[in-house]
Amino acid sequence: MAGVGYSKKVMEHFMNPRNVGVIENPDGYGKVGNPICGDVMEIFIKVKDDIITDIKFRTFGCGSAIATSSMVTELTKGMHVDEAMKITRNDVADELDGLPPQKMHCSNLAADALHDAIKDYKNKKRSKILEVE
Amino acid sequence: MKRIYLDHASSMPVDPRVLEFAKPYLTKKMGNPSSLHSVGLGAKQAVEDARKKITKFINAENEKSIIFTGSATEANNLAIRGTALRNIARGKTVTASAIEHISVLNSMKNLQKNGFIFNVIPVDSTGIVDPGKLDSLMTKNTVVTSIMYANNEIGTIEPIKKISEIVHDKGIYLHVDATAAAGRIPVDVQNDGIDLLTFSSNDLYGPQGAGALYIKPGVKLQPVLLGGGQERGLRSGTENIFAIAGMGEAAGIIQNEMTQESNRLKKIRNKLIDEILQIDETYLTGHPTKRLPHHASFRFSHIEGESILLNMDMYNIQIATGSACSSKTLEPSHVLLAIGLKHEEAHGSMVITLGRSNTLEEIPLITKAVTETVQRLRKLSPLYQKGGD
Ligand code: FES
Repeated sequence: MAGVGYSKKVMEHFMNPRNVGVIENPDGYGKVGNPICGDVMEIFIKVKDDIITDIKFRTFGCGSAIATSSMVTELTKGMHVDEAMKITRNDVADELDGLPPQKMHCSNLAADALHDAIKDYKNKKRSKILEVE
Repeated sequence: MKRIYLDHASSMPVDPRVLEFAKPYLTKKMGNPSSLHSVGLGAKQAVEDARKKITKFINAENEKSIIFTGSATEANNLAIRGTALRNIARGKTVTASAIEHISVLNSMKNLQKNGFIFNVIPVDSTGIVDPGKLDSLMTKNTVVTSIMYANNEIGTIEPIKKISEIVHDKGIYLHVDATAAAGRIPVDVQNDGIDLLTFSSNDLYGPQGAGALYIKPGVKLQPVLLGGGQERGLRSGTENIFAIAGMGEAAGIIQNEMTQESNRLKKIRNKLIDEILQIDETYLTGHPTKRLPHHASFRFSHIEGESILLNMDMYNIQIATGSACSSKTLEPSHVLLAIGLKHEEAHGSMVITLGRSNTLEEIPLITKAVTETVQRLRKLSPLYQKGGD
């Protein structure tokens, strides 16, 4: 196996990433760049009654960045947005049976993109309520 | 799945003939060349025989001009620090091209702590050293200039003979790191006008653990390692006779077979380049023609090199990359930045270095793996628009 020091689970998610792609007219959208190595990740969510019903991602980055994006989407599909907001990079790394220390920063990307997508959803919701009022 | 190894610049297998030749020096014929008894003398003889073969390999003036070290990195340290510090009376400036190996660049940076000025010579977009800049960046205080024979990441071969004339016009020593070039193309220190030349055993299909530094007669340097005064006092430490004997043997064999083997590899390499460049938004890095015969390097837009490497490894094909994510420092390769690539362009780099195990029959397998890898990763990439679903 390739020697970056990845767990089996990381490699499995890297080779078979879940929830890849784009959601048209998403309820929330988050896009973050990795200031350390210059990578980019985006996450799209569909939300119903504050539950994430669908989630998709696209990532330009290393094996760890791709695996963590995949894992974050798998973890949070079906989750309440407030719960999903609490997911940290460590949670994602733990679920993947750990990441090499120099690759921990990539898991920030996944958590940050998710949080941005949820914030975007909440902002949109707020402005909708305001419109109605 | 059969392994297809395409990363010979990182490590090469030892030639079985070399292993056969050198093996006794690990067992029966072990011995310390410094010992005066018969076993020691046998070991000493092995080292001197190797020195003879190495002398012939690079057409050095005499055997005394060859110093064995433990690696090319060590030879580079000795060449640069040893020459600069020994000749401090001549001036306190050193220069190197921007695409040198990290051991050259770090040796020069380290000299800055001793009050040296370090000037970096830029290269053009193909990786060729700019002769005008070279000329203008060397001053009368420059002691040593280091330009590599050929680059390991982009394969570009430098015009060493021309560079040598410019450097020698100013009375400066020329150090050439030939680690990537030696064994691939002929290197002749006298004809090329080289004062100091680095190369390594493993790059000749010899065992790891030996390197060599050629020092032109008359060039003075001081040691970096201190101890028992082996190798004319320039490299203390008990000689690794297994690796050194192997290196000598490997040099002899590779010299005899070089023309034939490089023609064979060039054919495979050219075909590979043609095929891989069919993929859209794919570019060759380095020089299109002044390139090592076994070397092909590319960049693919919108994808990242570590992912390429991992994905190719799933096909049991091993390649290298200069991407930021794959490096310890998370910086992109300094070579790719020096040829003017942007950070994100350097990201999608892939380096292929062929060797004796590779065959024409492997080309379709490699091309298929590369094409599928690039397609798959682009599908995952937010930067790739065309062809997305
Ligand atoms: S995304 Fe660059 S190191 Fe992981």
